Amino acid sequence: MSTATLPKIAAEPKRRPLHVRLLNREAPLGYTLLVPTMLMLLVFLAFPFLWGIWLSVTDAQIGVDETKFIGGANFLYERGDTVFIQSFWNTINYTLVTTVFKLVLGLSMALLLNQVFPFQRFVRAALLLPWIIPSVLSTLAWRWMFDPTFSVLNWVLVHPLHSVGVNWLGTTNTALASLMVVNIWRGVPFYGISFLAGLQVIPVDLYEAARVDGANRWQQFREITLPLLRPVLMVVLMLSTILTFADFQLPYVLTKGAPYNSTNVLSTWAFNIGVPGGDIGIGAAISLVLFPILAIAIAGVLISLRSKD
Amino acid sequence: MATLAQRRRAPKSERPFTERAAGRWLRIYVPILLFILITLFPFYWMAITSIKSDQELLDHDQNPMFVIVPTLYHYHYLFFETHFLQWLTNTTIVAIVSTAISLFCSLLSGYALARLRFRGANSIGWGIFVTYLVPPTLLFLPLALLIRTFHLFNNLFALILTYPTFLIPFCTWLLIGYFKSIPRELEESALVDGADRIQAMVRIVMPLALPGILSAGMFAFTLSWNEFLYALIFMGDTQSKTIPVGVVQELIRGDDFFWGQLMAAALLGSIPVALLYSFFVEYFVAGMTAGAVKG
Repeated sequence: MSTATLPKIAAEPKRRPLHVRLLNREAPLGYTLLVPTMLMLLVFLAFPFLWGIWLSVTDAQIGVDETKFIGGANFLYERGDTVFIQSFWNTINYTLVTTVFKLVLGLSMALLLNQVFPFQRFVRAALLLPWIIPSVLSTLAWRWMFDPTFSVLNWVLVHPLHSVGVNWLGTTNTALASLMVVNIWRGVPFYGISFLAGLQVIPVDLYEAARVDGANRWQQFREITLPLLRPVLMVVLMLSTILTFADFQLPYVLTKGAPYNSTNVLSTWAFNIGVPGGDIGIGAAISLVLFPILAIAIAGVLISLRSKD
Repeated sequence: MATLAQRRRAPKSERPFTERAAGRWLRIYVPILLFILITLFPFYWMAITSIKSDQELLDHDQNPMFVIVPTLYHYHYLFFETHFLQWLTNTTIVAIVSTAISLFCSLLSGYALARLRFRGANSIGWGIFVTYLVPPTLLFLPLALLIRTFHLFNNLFALILTYPTFLIPFCTWLLIGYFKSIPRELEESALVDGADRIQAMVRIVMPLALPGILSAGMFAFTLSWNEFLYALIFMGDTQSKTIPVGVVQELIRGDDFFWGQLMAAALLGSIPVALLYSFFVEYFVAGMTAGAVKG
């Protein structure tokens, strides 16, 4: 135990200079080691976060030096903005639908990969690729696959039927669904590989014992796999929900909100208002709408994780 | 109970071999092949598009799955007629330097939070974890103003300084897990032998945490290589863009999509992370799941 050995060391070498002796004690050393991290996070994370809150209650605009406090006017304004309302529901839809699919497909992927089969290493590496590659670049490939005239998806799915190709990203019915497909394609590997790691630490004896007791595969899955996978499941769900909820790259590269705002989400709408539009105050207010929902997700998972400890 | 198990298992082994093999194919191989097909198709599509001539790309009668006369024209154009090499250099510099800064900070804070006992350590640890969950989407507007105040627009330092905000929390969290898995006794015996705490940290703990440091470094590198939003806002000049931003903003001209070049650029921009990852796949998977499994 380090508390027992510490006083001995601190007392023994008396000739060492003061800062060395100080750094040999746990508390001063601990605070010193935290300085670089705290500095970076305070300047570039905590401060901008607070500044964002301040901006959301001002009429800040790009190129205008004077800003004044206008209270909740930005939020009130957004409440009446139909594009904002649509972006909000699109964000919720996008997150919920993709999360359900990623969860189910990721779990099946993990259960499959947990079997014995040839080229295991290669298969795992290949399946993780969509998650490693820069999202913007793979999304660009999808945009080309969704191309209105040269879509390879149409060539495969529609061409054999000799009917007219679907304009995947160009019609309001299919655009958001197409975004979801790409998001699911990109996200499933993360779920799959994380769940696989969770599966591999479940002791095999449990399944053997269950088999001896006559449990069938479904019962084994429900009574052993799911409960023991729960911690991994919660963390993966939380991370994925946050990333999906705040996803910017995918909608920006695929559609930029078109057609008719049917694919605008909160992040792209905040960007549109804040950067090309120049209304920083309103943009900051839109971004902040994300926060309470994220905070609830985070708090929920933290509570469930800590209650287990 | 044993008899029950025997009864349940017996018919399975009595089934003919071919039937069992067919079952295995249906239950395991076919789904895996489907997963692989869907996962890898976009990459095949990138590659095949990048070596097609424009005539072939726009030919409606040709089977789009294959190429008849492959050409490196798009790659040549990319390297000699665009700023792609400059973007590649920018991306590399930003990724390496911000990874180095983040690793330095997280090694120190990870060690402190995993090993040392002091007031508030626990709350600081959770605080850092929570900041990891604050997405760039929430911060980009005020950060843009901050970057303007520092006169860092179009300067690679704008990215080098902001990327650690999402890298440090992640790396710290990952490294805390690794440091905790190293037995305290090793360090304590060094302390008894007269080493001071910093020596014990650098010479005993860090080498043992090398796998963790590697996977944290790989994650940090990949995340900064792939970052888009900050680079999109902070880097307006063609010269100072990173690959994702350069490709999306400069290679798409108005409504014209030159898919050959775009896919060539997408492939080249993906190769560095794909290579890095194929060499260290085990660390990557271990790192990705360390937080999840241990959390």
